Amino acid sequence: MAVTEQEILAGLGKIVNEITGIPATEVTPEKSFVDDLDIDSLSMVEIAVAAQDEFGVEIPDDQLKHLKTVKDVINFIQA
Amino acid sequence: MSTNRVRVVVTGLGATTPLGGDVASTWSALLDGKSGIRPITEDWVDTVPVKFAGVAAVDPSEVLPRPEARRLDRAEQFALIAARQAWQDAGAPEVDGERLGVVVGSGIGGIGTILSAYDLYREKGWNRLSPFTVPMLMPNGSAGWISIELGAKAGAHSTVSACATGAESIGYGIDMIRSGRADIVVAGGTEAAIHGLNVASFAAARAMSTRNDEPERASRPFDKGRDGFVLGEGAGIVVLESEEHARARGARIYAEAAGVGYTSDAYHITGIDPEGKGGRQAMLSALKDAGIAASDVHHVNAHATSTPLGDEIEARAIKDAIGGHAAVTATKSMTGHLLGGAGGVESIFTILALHERIVPAIANLDNPADGIEVDLVRGEPRKLDGGQIAAINNSFGFGGHNVAVAFTTV
Repeated sequence: MAVTEQEILAGLGKIVNEITGIPATEVTPEKSFVDDLDIDSLSMVEIAVAAQDEFGVEIPDDQLKHLKTVKDVINFIQA
Repeated sequence: MSTNRVRVVVTGLGATTPLGGDVASTWSALLDGKSGIRPITEDWVDTVPVKFAGVAAVDPSEVLPRPEARRLDRAEQFALIAARQAWQDAGAPEVDGERLGVVVGSGIGGIGTILSAYDLYREKGWNRLSPFTVPMLMPNGSAGWISIELGAKAGAHSTVSACATGAESIGYGIDMIRSGRADIVVAGGTEAAIHGLNVASFAAARAMSTRNDEPERASRPFDKGRDGFVLGEGAGIVVLESEEHARARGARIYAEAAGVGYTSDAYHITGIDPEGKGGRQAMLSALKDAGIAASDVHHVNAHATSTPLGDEIEARAIKDAIGGHAAVTATKSMTGHLLGGAGGVESIFTILALHERIVPAIANLDNPADGIEVDLVRGEPRKLDGGQIAAINNSFGFGGHNVAVAFTTV
């Protein structure tokens, strides 16, 4: 059964909070990880690793660099 | 003493130990003769012959925010906590970053990270590892993080000399200020090595106490019944400052970091030279470097780990180098042995003994070993004389490293 956007968003919010301390409520689909959430490239790697464990999908490095916004990650996981 | 040399003073203290999460609680517990040793509760305890350790009184997770803690090895967590305390204690001095240095080392480094990362790598593959795995396992990680935190750009260094690490770091910090490289140096040692593999390895070297029925009584330096050291964890970090810089900003000065002596045994990789020549010469060198006489030394914080061989040899070395008059304590009887952190926390205890004019008593010293001719502080803490006095902290390490740091009242 596919995970819903809401479920992924909630999971990502938890992961981002755990890794960066940013409140989960600030993790909304339109936010850019770098520009809006001030997350650096190593933290993005940590988030991707945690997301892979949480949602059971592989996020290759060459894909990760294209995932600019929270929505991009949600789409990638749902795809 | 060369009169034109830069004098170095201690203006800040920070620690997290098995006795307390800061310097005040640790010192108070030491004076009360409390033990920081308790049973180990981890699963691996069943696989090793030693069932107890000096676990940090305050877990770093209670102090550090989760996003910060997860990027740091436990040894780095201790170091950062102690460094922040020391910096605040020093009054968070205004200093040009180019004139601020860091010297913080660890005996083993991020061993907890190495072991857990290896398990993760084997189970789930390389791409599940934290991108911070390398800075977590490297023994210079603490120095790097502290330099970033404080903006210290005069150099961040890490000495690695097993159980002499903390004292050697303070010695190197003194040298950085004397040589003109820095006005302030944050210096000390850290360790977080309470893990089954380390306990097993030290037990394999037959170095640890196995007094499993009485953990609090297991660390008993200089006592006839001692049977090995007790592993502890934590960090001790001081702020060293040129006297000129400290006076100019009106800083509180705990003591002068007056001199340091280093030697190496060149004898055995783990065993101490049976004549204690290396330790004795380190103390003599520290006296010379500090420009003081043996008679000025009223107190020695001995390395004294509670191993059958080492303590008596050190006692003889103290008798030979300093004499029988100094009040000798062995605080590992209460903290356990913090390895790379030991020289840091024990330098702090030595500094506080001078500053407060009181020496904590050695715990568990029921029957002193025969032939010890130094003045072991037993029972109650000992008051120190007024006036200008000195004290020495000894720290010796596997590899044959001997470091003695001399502090004086100001």
